[in-house]
Amino acid sequence: MSARNRELFALVPASLLVTAGFTGVFIQRSNVLSNVSLTYGAIFLALCLATHLFIRFTLRHADPYMFPLAAVLASFGVVMVYRIDATEARQQAQWFVLGLLLFGATIIFFRDYRRLERYRYIIVLVSLALLVLPRLPHVGYAANGAYLGVRLPGGIVFQPTEFSKIGLVIFLASYLRDTRQVMVMGARRILGVTLPPLKHFGPVLVIWGVAMVILVALHDVGSSLMFYGALLAILYVATARLSFVVVGLAAFALGAWFLGTHVAHITGRFESWLHPFQYRLYHAPLGSYQLANGIFAQAAGGLFGQGFGQSVLTIPGTHPVAYLLPAPETDMIYAVITNEVGLFGATAVLIAYLLFVYRGLKAAALARDSFSKLLATGLAAVFGLQVFVIVGGVTRVIPLTGVTLPFISYGGASIVANFVLLALLLLVSDRARRPS
Amino acid sequence: MNAQIVRLFGLIVVLFGLLIVWTTRWTVIDASALNSNPLNSRALIAQLRVKRGRILAADGTVLARSVPAGGGTFSRSYSQGSLFAQPVGYADVREGSAAGLERSRGPELRGLSTGLTSIFGPLGGQQVGDDVDTSLDPRAQAVAREGLAGRPGSVVALDPRTGAVLAMYSDPSYDDNRPKAPCSDACQLDRATQGRYPPGSTFKIVTATAAIDSGRYTPSSVVDGRSPVTISGVPLANDNDQPFGDIDLTTALTYSVNTVWAQVAVALGTPTMTSYMRRFGFYATPPIDLPPGEVRSSYPVSSQGRAYPPGSPNEDIGRIAIGQGGLEVTPLQMAMVASAVANGGRLMRPHLMTRAIDQDGRTVKTVTPTLYHQVMQRSTAQQVAQMMEKVVDEGTGTPAQLGSGIPFAGKTGTASVGPTGEGLTQPWFIGFAPIDDPQVAIAVTIERSEGGFGGTVAAPIAKSVVQTLLAEGK
Repeated sequence: MSARNRELFALVPASLLVTAGFTGVFIQRSNVLSNVSLTYGAIFLALCLATHLFIRFTLRHADPYMFPLAAVLASFGVVMVYRIDATEARQQAQWFVLGLLLFGATIIFFRDYRRLERYRYIIVLVSLALLVLPRLPHVGYAANGAYLGVRLPGGIVFQPTEFSKIGLVIFLASYLRDTRQVMVMGARRILGVTLPPLKHFGPVLVIWGVAMVILVALHDVGSSLMFYGALLAILYVATARLSFVVVGLAAFALGAWFLGTHVAHITGRFESWLHPFQYRLYHAPLGSYQLANGIFAQAAGGLFGQGFGQSVLTIPGTHPVAYLLPAPETDMIYAVITNEVGLFGATAVLIAYLLFVYRGLKAAALARDSFSKLLATGLAAVFGLQVFVIVGGVTRVIPLTGVTLPFISYGGASIVANFVLLALLLLVSDRARRPS
Repeated sequence: MNAQIVRLFGLIVVLFGLLIVWTTRWTVIDASALNSNPLNSRALIAQLRVKRGRILAADGTVLARSVPAGGGTFSRSYSQGSLFAQPVGYADVREGSAAGLERSRGPELRGLSTGLTSIFGPLGGQQVGDDVDTSLDPRAQAVAREGLAGRPGSVVALDPRTGAVLAMYSDPSYDDNRPKAPCSDACQLDRATQGRYPPGSTFKIVTATAAIDSGRYTPSSVVDGRSPVTISGVPLANDNDQPFGDIDLTTALTYSVNTVWAQVAVALGTPTMTSYMRRFGFYATPPIDLPPGEVRSSYPVSSQGRAYPPGSPNEDIGRIAIGQGGLEVTPLQMAMVASAVANGGRLMRPHLMTRAIDQDGRTVKTVTPTLYHQVMQRSTAQQVAQMMEKVVDEGTGTPAQLGSGIPFAGKTGTASVGPTGEGLTQPWFIGFAPIDDPQVAIAVTIERSEGGFGGTVAAPIAKSVVQTLLAEGK
């Protein structure tokens, strides 16, 4: 079977899932099986088919599993968001369409994605500028003490960091492609630690420093962890030097310690992480209420969950509505998923993410040039780390910080940016698998 | 570079493994501890969203039902309020408190009694509980309340054949729609199952049963009814110190002659008396379907208020035999005594619920009449019943006479309570009717009456309640 036919068949589970999911929610809502659920399923299937045909004509050799995996996750996301808030689900579906359009545009305009290397300094500056936007007066938007978004006309909040992550990965992949050789050759041992030559490592350090400073200013630890992890991943794959990673981690630990002790918002997050069920923290403003209730929601889910649409998200009888689980459609969506489909469903979602990362790294391994390898590695790593940061936060593996769950969480920038990320991975994959 | 990519993937696999392990920790390993964490309000909210079943009287009167309280939640409404508040109780899910049937029959009312409901609960949307049918009779309850007329006291009526509770009313009562409203005189205490009163002469039914069933006496055995006699080294007198001379046991019961029954009990001995008390259900919590904390057992206590171990040689068995000597009983226990005699010596397990019916009208649970204790031989029961008939016909219980030729077996009691000289009494009446085909067994008592007698105060209430129940064909 050809790669594209495999992709076509792999889309069947996605369309079944979205239809079954909407059906489940509708049955729960009204006890009447409305044909709206089937309409949603049909529209979704049509969009997937159109995208599939587009890939068939433009990227004949690309990995056949990445798009279906993204479609499964996105369809699951639309159902989950619909179940939480129907209006937001409609917006999410619109963003989904915009994401697919941008996906197509990326593939058409950057068919030879190596052209991106030429604009790497522009890309990195734009990415850094995007990071600063939320802190600017009038356009910036702060949530829970972190400056995460930009307010667009029409009341839409947009998270530019979602695009910055792609830009920074492109820059790092391109820059390290050039300098990785010299970095390894010129490395010297200082106090028993192998360090790269400052001259070539300098720009990377500057990017790191600027990103850190901005993130300290933005109070966005989640994105910082994600970017920094991607930086180390690309650095490691480019240089094969574990010592660089160790030094990098030590530097990060130092930074994290500084942030944890000096920025009140982050100190609070850290304390909530350690003692989420402490009475005082639970009732403190911006305390552990959200984290603790996320864990309670997961506990109530058990092995099989309470069923689609069954999760209790608000406290009944409160006017205005008080959330039992704050931010259920964004930060805490993993807790809602675990609550409704249980450990098994949540594990299935995590495995879908892991398979996506696997296919991304596979494209990197198959790629024939360094830039493609580093680009695919960086994109796959930043995607996987994003999942780890938010799910790890909700499950209390690490302190909770607000990043979106790719393709699933409500959020326009997240959906659109991740489709661009998917387009780039497919471009790398197509070139890598094209018979020479 | 591919080796590094493979290692990088290995690291990501490990990270995702951590996520799965932690998810498992919350959903499975720590789940039950988290579900019961005091900060966790999920269970409470889930409870609020359950539409609990109704509680119904025997004639279908709705005693308790769920009404929407906004946000998909429900609260309970009790249309009969204080008339049924003691047995029905209340369920305030928000406060996490419940009482009465609302508490003891919570599993049925929440719909957890059948496996099918809980398996399909998540798919079926709204969780709806089962209706609980009770044997309570609204008219008998109302007549009981009328009879007590605001005096603290209690009325318990049982169907002796099944153990079904027909009436259970105590004064003062409370409005179970507002269970937290302050009220005086322990209004939420269900005196029917938790009142602690000396039973007075009604206990002579137990003594008479022990005397006859043990084979040591017959209803015509003759005992000297002089007054006073020395019991446990202290003189014991009849009412007004009246001497009766040599009389048989039937006469001694008809006129409630203290000295006769005290001597009989002393002659039977503590072990025999204790054994019969146990058979009637004393010393044990009656197995009625109310929460364990709301039902009290009946037993003698020392003057310091400590319970005697059953059969203790320190018990003043002669005075216990006439319902004094520190004996403290509940009205329910005394209704059970009458019920055992009525049902040929077979004491049935008392119960309020008769059936649980699901929302589709299917009976999902039926409470079948169950023997609690075989108290005495059938012949003993017949003889004791005949002796009790005399009490109503010509003795102390004549105010209870039902008229219209329905024979009523009964026994009065008037225990003196409180400091001597204040003249406070605890009037009682227990009995059953009709004698040849007993359908109702009853116990009535009034708390701290100012000089009232069992015959004058309690017997008329018993009469009107029994008449009501018999008129309804109970």
